[in-house]
Amino acid sequence: MTQTMTAPATTAPTAPDTAAGAEILLRALKDQGVEVIFGYPGGAVLPIYDAIFQQNAIRHILVRHEQAAVHAAEGYARSTGKVGVVLVTSGPGATNAVTGLVDALMDSIPVVCLTGQVPTHLIGNDAFQEADTTGITRPATKHNYLVKRSEDLARVVHEAFYVARSGRPGPVVIDLPKDILIGQAPYTEKPEQPHRSYRPATAPQPEQIGRAIALLKSATRPIIYVGGGVINSGDRAAEALTRFVRKTGFPCTSTLMGLGAFPSSDSQFLGMLGMHGTYEANLAMHGCDVMLNVGARFDDRVTGRLNAFSPDSRKIHIDIDPSSINKNVAVEVPVIGDAGMALEALIEAWDNAPTRAPDIASWWAQIRGWQAIDCLKFTQTKAKGGIIKPQHAVKRLYEITRDLGRETYISTEVGQHQMWAAQYIRFEKPNRWLTSGGLGTMGYGLPAAMGAQVAHPDALCIDVAGEASILMNIQEMATLAQYRLPVKVFILNNQYMGMVRQWQELLHGSRYSESYSEALPDFVKLADSFHAVGMRATCIDELDDVIHAMLAEPRAVIADICVDQKENCFPMIPSGAAHNDMILGPEHGTALQDGRAAGLTDEGLVLV
Amino acid sequence: MNAITDQTIRSATISCLVDNEAGVLARVIGLFSGRGYNIDSLTVAPVDDGRGRSRINVVTSGTAMVIEQIKAQLDRLVPVYRVGDLTMSGPHLARELALVKVVASGQTLVDALLEAGRHGARVVDATVASFIFELSESTDRIDIFIAALRPLGLAEISRTGVAAMACGPDTI
Repeated sequence: MTQTMTAPATTAPTAPDTAAGAEILLRALKDQGVEVIFGYPGGAVLPIYDAIFQQNAIRHILVRHEQAAVHAAEGYARSTGKVGVVLVTSGPGATNAVTGLVDALMDSIPVVCLTGQVPTHLIGNDAFQEADTTGITRPATKHNYLVKRSEDLARVVHEAFYVARSGRPGPVVIDLPKDILIGQAPYTEKPEQPHRSYRPATAPQPEQIGRAIALLKSATRPIIYVGGGVINSGDRAAEALTRFVRKTGFPCTSTLMGLGAFPSSDSQFLGMLGMHGTYEANLAMHGCDVMLNVGARFDDRVTGRLNAFSPDSRKIHIDIDPSSINKNVAVEVPVIGDAGMALEALIEAWDNAPTRAPDIASWWAQIRGWQAIDCLKFTQTKAKGGIIKPQHAVKRLYEITRDLGRETYISTEVGQHQMWAAQYIRFEKPNRWLTSGGLGTMGYGLPAAMGAQVAHPDALCIDVAGEASILMNIQEMATLAQYRLPVKVFILNNQYMGMVRQWQELLHGSRYSESYSEALPDFVKLADSFHAVGMRATCIDELDDVIHAMLAEPRAVIADICVDQKENCFPMIPSGAAHNDMILGPEHGTALQDGRAAGLTDEGLVLV
Repeated sequence: MNAITDQTIRSATISCLVDNEAGVLARVIGLFSGRGYNIDSLTVAPVDDGRGRSRINVVTSGTAMVIEQIKAQLDRLVPVYRVGDLTMSGPHLARELALVKVVASGQTLVDALLEAGRHGARVVDATVASFIFELSESTDRIDIFIAALRPLGLAEISRTGVAAMACGPDTI
């Protein structure tokens, strides 16, 4: 392989630069800066695996399920800002990857997924392990390709990386028939000229920036609402955001995907907003007069009932994707462009505008009043043998890791534990928080933490999990063992699909239909069988010791934290309710009416 | 602002210039079906010498917000070069071709022929028992023509869907 790969450099420049398709593919990946591929072999991709075997530039991580390969690539991409790369075989390999692809599409994560395909002459013949991969993944990807001619191979790979990382990032599939991988193919370099049709605008329009500043300077109750777009834009965007928020003195809230874009410890940060967001963030969104949305998409988890969403505000929306503008919420000042560039333009325009900064002291006084109710309050018994509150477990995990001072990446699965992690873990920097926001994929967290650990071998990578979610990709414990990846799995074990149980309690008369997990595995023994270390905390006096032991352990760990089964995640805006119809927790005296939470309507029940 | 929140349903003729690659039509159709938009008419054909680019004309309907969404969603497809909303960008021509077959006899067949003449349709096939008429017109006028033939032995209709273009010197 190395001989073949270096051969073109020594031959005359006029000689056709060709090699077997699989080698050309690897060369294109290398030119794109790929260091790691997450994959699983099979018949259709054997030529690629043979080429991988004969080179050392690109490392291959063998996962145990193709869905996990995509989530691992997402974790890698989200924690580094690079494009994650996946390699799977045809048919079931490709269909197993679909959940991961949709997850990356919903959360705008740049991923290139290489799928094997039956040879071109067999396509459409219902051949063994054939699936219409481009057909199946068309709505699951930002774009996809089927390479039918060897001469297109290198160009398509370069283009796929460009599409995956440009504009609003997303997953791209390249379907590779086996004959294309075996036959000779020419190599083409990365193109110098721009793509012929796909050229997303990144520079914001100056007149829109001017209108935005005029609106912001006229505000008396402003709020800045940031989303994952700031993280995708890169470190510069997060720095610009921090400067802009501090310069304006405005309150700032974040979506689930945006956590870490603005430092959580800053006094101007109101915490996460939305369905399980803080009281102060949601009421500030409801009561504001000017809203600046940076890189968020007015998702239904954030807006609640649309016709009651922030009724008295004039809205500015910065987004790189024009289709996000006016999709759910009509805005007065759309700014199409990169979040970082737009924020830098806003800073400059703010400084240059002759108008004075608005006086928002009374607005802050109102917000401080909302903060004073302490909506995330809970009561943890300190009595010996006392039951662990899940919130307390997450809070202690955060405090102990923070005091440890190591670089830390947190991933989650999906459910109550995810929301508690978002509420109680505070992120100071972008790219440290890996969670499945848009699709809500149970089973995301373990492979995502694995991908982050591959990218950051010396960092602390923790998957905050639930006992139900973790079983959806538990097989990746074997991958952790094979590559000695010391991921820590921190399970909040309440023996229920907690969020399902919570909704059944609040919306369906406490009829816990199929949400109790019968016959759970013994997670300590499970860890042991996967060559990891198992630990368990069953009561409050064991919790801190288990967390300390987990963090001190050089190997992978599953920490089984047995928590209060009846705990619900609050605050909560029920589906179909407005931000000011929030339910607070039992600490604040919330009661059910007719077996239902206050503020719930039949219309709301229809929504998810 | 008021325009975008207007809840009236309007019809829109959208044209887009796309790369003539495999699956591009499936992407456009999938976008409409996946997001629940209407397609009232759709035409597609290559429009340049090398057959490298095609023009897709879609007639759709929705509120102002939905039409804006459709255009933005189309524009972010990778193989799409340009998207134009002909309904919004001023006067435009929209034409479709219809082939209409009538099967009848005696006076009815004669009446059908007279009706076709009144609408400016051409006879492109004739037998003792049938005619095929060809009419290139706006959608509305073709609808009127077809309605007129309905009592006169109308047997089969084939319509192309709308091809459209802005009036004057401007191009997409």
